[in-house]
Amino acid sequence: MEGRWTRAVLVVWVIGVLVFLFLPIATIVIFAFDRSNIQSWPIRVFTTHWFTVAWDDPAVRSALWLSVKAGVAATALALLLGSAAAFGVHRFRFFGREAVSLFLVLPIALPGIITGLALRSFFTFAGVNLSIVTIIIGHTTFCIVVIYNNVIARLRRTSGSLGEASMDLGAHGLQTFRYVTLPTIATALVSGALLAFALSFDEVIVTTFTAGAQTTLPIWIFGAIRLGQQLPEVNVVVTAVLVLTVIPVALATKLTGGGGLTRSTVQ
Amino acid sequence: MNYRRFAQLKSWRAAVILAAALPLAIAGWVSGAAASPGATARPSTPGVLTPPTQGMTPQSSIGKGEGQLNLIAWEGYVQPEWVKPFEQQTKCTVKATYAGSSSEMVSLMANGGGGQYDLVSASGDADLRLIYGGDVKPVNIKLIPSWKQLRPFLQSPAFNTINGVHYGISLQFGPNDLLYSTKVFPKPPTSWSVIYSKKYAGRITIPNNPIQIADAALYLSVHEPKLGITDPYELTQPQFNAAVALLKQQKPLVKAYWDLASSEISLFANGEAVVGAAWPYQTGQLQAEGAKVADTIPSEGATGWADSWLLATKAPHPNCAYMWMKYIDTPEVQAEQAVSYGETPDNSLACPLMNKLAKGSCDSLHANEPDAYFKTIKFWKTPLAQCDNGKDNCVPFQDWVTAWTQITG
Amino acid sequence: MARVSAALWRRAWLRAALTLSPPLAWFLVIYLASLVVMLVTAFWTVNPFTNNLQHQLSLTNFAALFDAPIPAIIGRTVLIAALVTVTDAVIAVPFAYFMARVATRRVRNALFVAVLLPLWASYLARVYAWIVILTKDGTLDWTTQHLGLGSPNIAYTNLAMGIVFCYIWLPFMILPVYGALERIPDSYFEASADLGARNSRTLRSVVLPLALPGVVAGSIFTFSLTLGDYITPLLIGSGSGTNLIGNVIYDNIGLANNLPFAAALAIVPIVIMIGYLLGARALGAFEAM
Repeated sequence: MEGRWTRAVLVVWVIGVLVFLFLPIATIVIFAFDRSNIQSWPIRVFTTHWFTVAWDDPAVRSALWLSVKAGVAATALALLLGSAAAFGVHRFRFFGREAVSLFLVLPIALPGIITGLALRSFFTFAGVNLSIVTIIIGHTTFCIVVIYNNVIARLRRTSGSLGEASMDLGAHGLQTFRYVTLPTIATALVSGALLAFALSFDEVIVTTFTAGAQTTLPIWIFGAIRLGQQLPEVNVVVTAVLVLTVIPVALATKLTGGGGLTRSTVQ
Repeated sequence: MNYRRFAQLKSWRAAVILAAALPLAIAGWVSGAAASPGATARPSTPGVLTPPTQGMTPQSSIGKGEGQLNLIAWEGYVQPEWVKPFEQQTKCTVKATYAGSSSEMVSLMANGGGGQYDLVSASGDADLRLIYGGDVKPVNIKLIPSWKQLRPFLQSPAFNTINGVHYGISLQFGPNDLLYSTKVFPKPPTSWSVIYSKKYAGRITIPNNPIQIADAALYLSVHEPKLGITDPYELTQPQFNAAVALLKQQKPLVKAYWDLASSEISLFANGEAVVGAAWPYQTGQLQAEGAKVADTIPSEGATGWADSWLLATKAPHPNCAYMWMKYIDTPEVQAEQAVSYGETPDNSLACPLMNKLAKGSCDSLHANEPDAYFKTIKFWKTPLAQCDNGKDNCVPFQDWVTAWTQITG
Repeated sequence: MARVSAALWRRAWLRAALTLSPPLAWFLVIYLASLVVMLVTAFWTVNPFTNNLQHQLSLTNFAALFDAPIPAIIGRTVLIAALVTVTDAVIAVPFAYFMARVATRRVRNALFVAVLLPLWASYLARVYAWIVILTKDGTLDWTTQHLGLGSPNIAYTNLAMGIVFCYIWLPFMILPVYGALERIPDSYFEASADLGARNSRTLRSVVLPLALPGVVAGSIFTFSLTLGDYITPLLIGSGSGTNLIGNVIYDNIGLANNLPFAAALAIVPIVIMIGYLLGARALGAFEAM
């Protein structure tokens, strides 16, 4: 459909964008092998020393584990609350519906420092001690938005008559949900969960305000950056995370059919 | 609109309205309540300040360690070199949260440390805020034997001891010195004028911290004596305006204002900056990686810090905290930290041990100077409206922050 | 079970209440209440002597928003946010078009992974990598010197901040634009061709208008993330003439202890973003997110 010349231009553009996207990633991976603490181009001495340092470092392990725990909890909560909200807003017409759908986007639309500051003031006022619970509360708040957006986008494109047909055929609510509704939104849930977990795993601003003395991985990285004595170790850890996540991300992409964000079931 | 449908949804509508009213009700409740983030009740008479936690009785003995210790520290204060032996001895696992400025430390310590942090290595300009904010509590000096070995003028200094009550123990002190590239300056610069000079335009770096106004004031106290600046932290409005004007003149010459120690290290390592205000920590890090830099204290003198470990009001691990305070002020550990960071230990017995770690370090770090030497360093303290001479017309720190935002834009 | 679900089916409001109350409760009690608590603080002041919050309503903080350099900082932040949004949109549309319409299924999947993967490499580490690239004698300088083009040395400038922002937010722009483009049925293109339009005309009149909701949805991210970011200016800005709204808010929370002013300043991005959201909804962006 597109001319050959257009295609060629597009291919060049895509390659350019990919180079742009991966230039810093390549820098991170290369500098994981830098002997020097001070990251400066060009690298004089290469070494794998920092890989052993990172492997032995208990602070890295506990930070990584805390990030995973917080991310899983936040994503799980967000899946429940976000899809519930999506169903509620999509299916029912009620007073204030427009306002509600606007409110539900706020945690992502408002800058992180505001969300963090507001939550911190609130926790102080309510006398709640900062802990992993408050971190999870903070993360869930913006993860809900991601799930909500994905599910409601899917719901808008599916026909409601499928559910009614299912009930006409004698299935009760739970069966309809399990056999009709859930498969329809399944890929939206998976891709939403993936994006929500990624956002939670890498989140630093809101976490700074809602964490007490807990260290998630991004907070550990920020501490290491300011100290300036373990910069290659940071690069090692980031490289390791990247390598570990390529497979799940590729799998999820394949499962949801090229993103699953938008594949319509009914044209 | 379908009115029949609307009427059927009446109860739902009521629920939504109630739910919308909830946050407004909370707001009203909050306005009425005395609660406010990070502040505790204080007498409202201006000029007469009493630390809120003054009456708290400190513990009389050190119990069993709680197994954990959460510190807020300057970068470089919690090095494995002395932390690992401490952890082995006391079984208290040390966790450090780094802060690059007193501002961050005060922020982290809000609400008495929030039940999260035990100790903070605060400098003089944060100490008073923390003490009067009720975020730190009295410490029992008798539980810390090495306190007696501290230099006399640092045993009960005005920045951590109020009305005879100690809120922590003094730690180490050091100057904000001048870091320079030895390629550009074969001989050490003798005056701070190099960082205000057009000759090095675009290659200067200074800290991104409002307290830098005091450094400008210090410079002016020597170069413009008719301003009559005696204390760079107690500035009348005209003196303050002069310091701010100097900094505004300097702004186009500055390559970058550094927030993190590692940012300044990067600037020098990449050759972006050739001269700037720094801590000895950066010099040590750069020299360890072979960079051609050195530092010095120019003739006008320097501002500096005098740090203390203060005990958080809501410290969750007070026994480990006391064990740390005991440990960190012993001569051996003092020597290690001094040599590692490049500062001067408060413990008067550390000097020979420093020379064992690094020959000549006792001299170069001024650990054996008489007390008079330290008068040349103007230690950080919180600028308050109350000047020492009894008047109330000095510029308070809030105005320093506003002015700094105007300077850096 | 069947009785319960039948009863629920008849009472629509009960079903609505059950699905909506947990998320709404979360939002109202935690999120909105927090925002309100913070916003009320904006009307208070801090006593410079005792450092206490004074609970009398006052508009001093809002008046202080007009003192230099705050308006300049707000203007700078909005300008950078706008430029980053436009740049990312321009970069994203051809890329997303290729993904949606030209690439084979396997290539599309690979590109998807390629776009998502950087989100897993820490934001902080990526910004720091840009310092290495853009600094004096860094990767960029080294490359241009070898090509005989001199030494740009653009680290610690607003340009560097702009480049980093464009880079970090790009995946958030690509994904919604891809979503919008992927939804265009093939039949539209055929119809356009049937009506005599050449490729460029189809592009202008069919593709771009339909991509717009996706662009607007992506712009919500790029705009709001830039409005509140303080870490990128901290790492790669020069601290002078590069301060953004986020930095000033952050600076006022610590030793300055001027929480009311920080809250008042925080209202500016909130107002901007709510206005932006209302406009975005009018342009149909919410369907495209």
